[in-house]
Amino acid sequence: MSEQRLVKISDDALARALGADKLTAAFEKKGCEVHRTSSWGMQWLEPMVEIDGIGWGPATLEDVDDILDGGADEICIGRIDAHPFISRQQRLTFARAGKTRPTSMEDYEATGGWAGLRRAKEIGSEAILAEVTQSGLRGRGGAGFPAGIKWQTVARAPGAQKYIVCNADEGDSGTFADRMVMEGDPFLLIEGMAIAGAAVGADQGYIYIRSEYPDAIRKMNEALEKCRDTIAPFRCEVRVGAGAYVCGEETSLLNSLEGKRGEVRAKPPLPALEGAFGKPTVVNNVLTLAAVPHILTEGGSSLYDSLGIERSKGTMPIQLAGNIKHGGLFEIAFGITLGELVYEIGGGTESGRPVKAVQVGGPLGAYIHPDQFDIKFDYEEYTAADALIGHGGITVFDDTADMGAMARFAMEFCAAESCGKCTPCRIGATRGVEIIDRIRAGGRAPDEIERAPQMHNAPRHGRSAGDEIGLLTDLCETMKFGSLCALGGFTPYPVMSALKNWPKDFTGKTSAETETAE
Amino acid sequence: MSSKSEKIGEIVAQHHGREGPLLPILHDVQAEFGCVDAESEALIAKGLNLSRADVHGVVSFYHDFTPEPELRPVVQICRAEACKARGVEEIMDQARAAAGDRVKLHTVYCLGLCSVGPSARVGDTLHARLDGPALAKVIEDA
Repeated sequence: MSEQRLVKISDDALARALGADKLTAAFEKKGCEVHRTSSWGMQWLEPMVEIDGIGWGPATLEDVDDILDGGADEICIGRIDAHPFISRQQRLTFARAGKTRPTSMEDYEATGGWAGLRRAKEIGSEAILAEVTQSGLRGRGGAGFPAGIKWQTVARAPGAQKYIVCNADEGDSGTFADRMVMEGDPFLLIEGMAIAGAAVGADQGYIYIRSEYPDAIRKMNEALEKCRDTIAPFRCEVRVGAGAYVCGEETSLLNSLEGKRGEVRAKPPLPALEGAFGKPTVVNNVLTLAAVPHILTEGGSSLYDSLGIERSKGTMPIQLAGNIKHGGLFEIAFGITLGELVYEIGGGTESGRPVKAVQVGGPLGAYIHPDQFDIKFDYEEYTAADALIGHGGITVFDDTADMGAMARFAMEFCAAESCGKCTPCRIGATRGVEIIDRIRAGGRAPDEIERAPQMHNAPRHGRSAGDEIGLLTDLCETMKFGSLCALGGFTPYPVMSALKNWPKDFTGKTSAETETAE
Repeated sequence: MSSKSEKIGEIVAQHHGREGPLLPILHDVQAEFGCVDAESEALIAKGLNLSRADVHGVVSFYHDFTPEPELRPVVQICRAEACKARGVEEIMDQARAAAGDRVKLHTVYCLGLCSVGPSARVGDTLHARLDGPALAKVIEDA
C-alpha cells in the first residue's frame, strides 16, 4: 500500500538540521513521491511528515514503515490544519506555510501568487502608495515606522535611479521569520519588492542576506532566476553579508552593500533620500515587504479595518524560541498577551521548570518578568513598558537562567559586534562587561594608588556593589542616548531589565538588601 | 604572473561591472583561497582602483574574512540567547574536549534555529537539538 503515495516533508533549514533529508530518502526508497514543502512552523514537531493532511512528528527513520502502514500513533498529530497551534493563527504572510514547494512557480501561481503585483501594475504608483499607507502597515523589522510614509518619501524624492533594498540580515537570536519566508515562500518577498519598485519608481532591488543563512541564499537565488521575466522591468539580486551583526542596521547595511565597512551612518540624510549609492532608497525588512502582496491583493483597507489594535495593524509573525515546549512560528493579529503566547500557545518551558524570564525583541530587547505577562503585543504598549517588540522574537528562559550572566553577555555581544564608529557603544560595552563583573564580585577593592599613603585625597574604600550599580546605570543612560544606532542604544534594555527584575543574580541580594547594606 | 594574481584578476573582472563589487569579490576570494591575505588585498585594490587601506579596512571589519587560512576543520556553534536558554553553555566543555587541537570551534550568534538549539554548523550543513554527546559527535565527524 505504500507505493506512489504523496508524502510532504519540509525542506526548511531547521527541518533539514533535524534530519529531513534522510527521512526524504527513506520515503523515496519505499516508492513514495516526496514533495519538499515549506515548513508549517511547528518546529517542535520537525522533522514532520505529512500524508493526506495528516501529520507525524518528530519523525525518525524508524518511524517510516509505521507511518506508511497508518500506524506510529504516538507521534501522529492528526489533521495538521485542525491542530490548535495552526487553527488559532491568522496567517497572511505565512498563508502558504506547509502547503507549497518554495521555489515552484506553479505552486505559487496556483495559490494566488503575483495577483498583488498584477493589480499594482494596473492601479499605478499613486494608488499603491495610498493603499499601503491606508493599510497601516508598519516596518516589521523593529522600528515600526509606517511603510507607506517611507515609500511616499522615496517616490517623491528627485532622481532617476532609485532602489528597493530588502534587509534580510536577521541577526537577532530568537528570530527566524525572515529565514522562513525566504526559504519557504521566496516569491512572496520578490513580489513585495517588485510592488515597492512599482510604487516608488525603482527598477533595481537588492536582498541583503546574512551569510549564516546558506539555504535562504540558495533559494532566493533560485527563485529570482525563475521569475525574472515575471517581475520585469524590475530587477533584483541577492547580496551576501559577511558576518557582522551591525549590518542589520539599515545604514550599516547600505554601507556594506556599497562595499564599505558596515559602519553606521548618521541620519539625516535619511536613506529614503540618500540611501544605496547615494540614491533614494526604500529599506524594508523581509516581513514588511512580504506583507505587501496581500495588501495589494485584498485592497489596503482590509488590514486597517479588521486586524490588529490601535496603531498596530495587521498580523505579526511571532517567533517562539528558547526553552519553550511548542516553539515555532505563530502569526496572529496584534493584541495577544505575552502570557497567552508563552503558556497557552508555547506550552511553557520545554524543561518543565518554571518560566523565569522572556526576552522579547532579540538580543537588544528587554527581559520581561512573568509578573508583566499581561502586556499586549503592540508597539506602543511595549514602548510604554520600556521594552521592544522588535522583530517579534520571544525567547523563554527557565528558572536555571542566570540573568546577571545574560546581562553581561548583552554587553559582551555589543562589544564584539559594535561597528566602532561611536564611543558610547564601542567603549561603553567593554566597560559594561567590566562593571558587571565587579558587581558580581561584590564591588571593587581600593587599588594600589588609593592605598598608597601619599595619596591623601583619594578615597580609600574602592567601590561597593551598590556604587558599581550606580555606575552601570549611568553608563546605560549614556549608551542609550549617546549611541548613533540601536546596537549601542538598545543594549541597555536587556541589561537594565535584568538588573531591575533579578538583582539577586547580580549581587546575591535583593535590591532592598543592597540598599540597606550601604 | 602567479596563478594567484591571475585568479584574483578573474574574480575582480567577473564582478567589476556590478554596483558595490567589493563584498562579492571578497567572498569569492575567501572561498577560493580560504582567506583574504595581504597579497590578495593589494591585488583587489589595484583591480578596483582603491587604496590598499580601503580594502584592508573592509576585510578586517567583517568576521567572515580571515587573513590566514584555517587549516583545521571548523565547527560553528551558536552561543546566542536562545541557544543559551537551551543549555549550550553547559555542553561547551564537552565540545572543547571533543575538539582538542584538531578542530577549530567558532562561536556564532544565531543560526536561526532558535527553538531547537543548541545548534551547530559545519560547512553548509546544520545540526540542531544537540546535547553533549551529539555535539561531540558532530565535532568528531568534522
